[in-house]
Amino acid sequence: MSSTVVDIVRQAGEETEVLGRAVYEHPLVVRLCHWLNAIALFVMVGSGLQIFRAFPSFGSKIPQKDLLHWPKAFAIGGWLGGALQWHLTFMWIYIATGLVYLGYQLFSGNYRQVLFTHRDVSGVWPMVKHYFFFGPKPQQCEAYNPLQKHAYTTVIILGVLSVLTGFAVWKPVQFSWLAWMMGGFHWARLLHFLVMWAILAFVFGHLVMVLLHGWNNFVAMLTGWKKDPEY
Amino acid sequence: MDQEHDNNDLIEKPEKAEKPSVVAGDSKPADSVSTAPKPPQGMVERRDLRTGVNEAGFSRLSRRELLKVAPVLVLGAFAVPSLQEPLLRRGLGFSDWVSKQLFRRRHLAPTFRDYELTPFERFPINDYDVDDPGVIFENWTLTVSGAVQKPGEYRLAQIQALPRIRQNTRHVCVEGWDVIGRFGGTRLSDFLAMIGADTSARLVTVGCADDYYESLDMETALHPQTLLCYEMYDQPLTREHGAPLRLNVPTRIGYKQAKYLTDLKVTNVLDKIGYWEDQGYSSFYGL
Repeated sequence: MSSTVVDIVRQAGEETEVLGRAVYEHPLVVRLCHWLNAIALFVMVGSGLQIFRAFPSFGSKIPQKDLLHWPKAFAIGGWLGGALQWHLTFMWIYIATGLVYLGYQLFSGNYRQVLFTHRDVSGVWPMVKHYFFFGPKPQQCEAYNPLQKHAYTTVIILGVLSVLTGFAVWKPVQFSWLAWMMGGFHWARLLHFLVMWAILAFVFGHLVMVLLHGWNNFVAMLTGWKKDPEY
Repeated sequence: MDQEHDNNDLIEKPEKAEKPSVVAGDSKPADSVSTAPKPPQGMVERRDLRTGVNEAGFSRLSRRELLKVAPVLVLGAFAVPSLQEPLLRRGLGFSDWVSKQLFRRRHLAPTFRDYELTPFERFPINDYDVDDPGVIFENWTLTVSGAVQKPGEYRLAQIQALPRIRQNTRHVCVEGWDVIGRFGGTRLSDFLAMIGADTSARLVTVGCADDYYESLDMETALHPQTLLCYEMYDQPLTREHGAPLRLNVPTRIGYKQAKYLTDLKVTNVLDKIGYWEDQGYSSFYGL
């Protein structure tokens, strides 16, 4: 799908000088889903960690061996009941924005912008070399480079997994088949926890990239328009 | 859908236009120009078909698109102290409503082999108050009231005379731990039949020797795995585990498994939901 491109121009009399370019990268649905989901994810992680504090272990209750002591200051809800209220409220926002996003991407065809496919495989290593080993910057000819596509595709899969593992933890009887696929309630809870850390690892990388050279990308996720794209 | 922006600031370049032109009727004509189709220097030849917009127009366009994202700020309502509690109560209520829709009376909780059981001595004892409220077994009766044909006091022997069910099911605590226990008792549905309960009533509530209280919706109460439990691991209930009678509801979260039962009522009215529920925990919490 071709993006809308405009020239930013200055007109002086008969002359028209082209100052730069801008591309409409993110449709409104995608931007809304991105920010609503970001807020929901923040609440889900914070309240999830408070829930985890009630039993910070993945072993037996007797004897109980705690995995880690997560500080209360970095959790949401204040107590188990409060955290569950946040978690069981924002999960619907998290799921709804995820579904709307997936549905929109599929039906609009906009998924091609982010979906990592076999064509992107060859471009991964040059990007890794560029980011981590000071290699030359590969030519970019679309909104996302192969490594970005890989990251975004992965995190979308992780998002789906976070919901599936979450449902297995929330409803191990009604969705007993789901819990069974994950090895039972016990394993589903551990997977739910691990998926959270995987998503947090993405968020960390995502924020670092925005801080390093992502101002135009950041603005684009707000206005839809990316100024002076590299492609 | 990729042209969300409105076109006031954008001008599709008319192919035949010889000069930058202003769109007729545009309220802000000064902002909008088209790129010259055949610039004398030929510097934008490649961009012949591209739309042009001047800087002010682009800023306005960006601002307008930014404003469209503003609805996200409604989530800020959750940060307002006076709104937070009612909003979260609604959210939890919605989750409970979904739970209720998902509940299927014929869908059984998974059962387990004997070797999968958590050893009895490692089955946790959770109380809100004391391990043993000091029930005097000889005097114990279950007081039945509400929408039933035969209210009154029921002795343990009467309950035990009903068919005995034994099941290995998972007990999941709201804290996150889980154990697999072996429970024995009579189906609550059998007992409700014995006392002539009106099963069109909405709820079955129980009271306990330690002032704990709980409620089950009728669907859950009639579930074939919902037991009035008087045995664990084929032995009579110990005091810490709720002797002489407790609930075993494998389709519900741990705090629904009330211990030391003393009262049972079939009713349509619910003034209190349950000890933990009334402090803010989910009132349905079906697993």
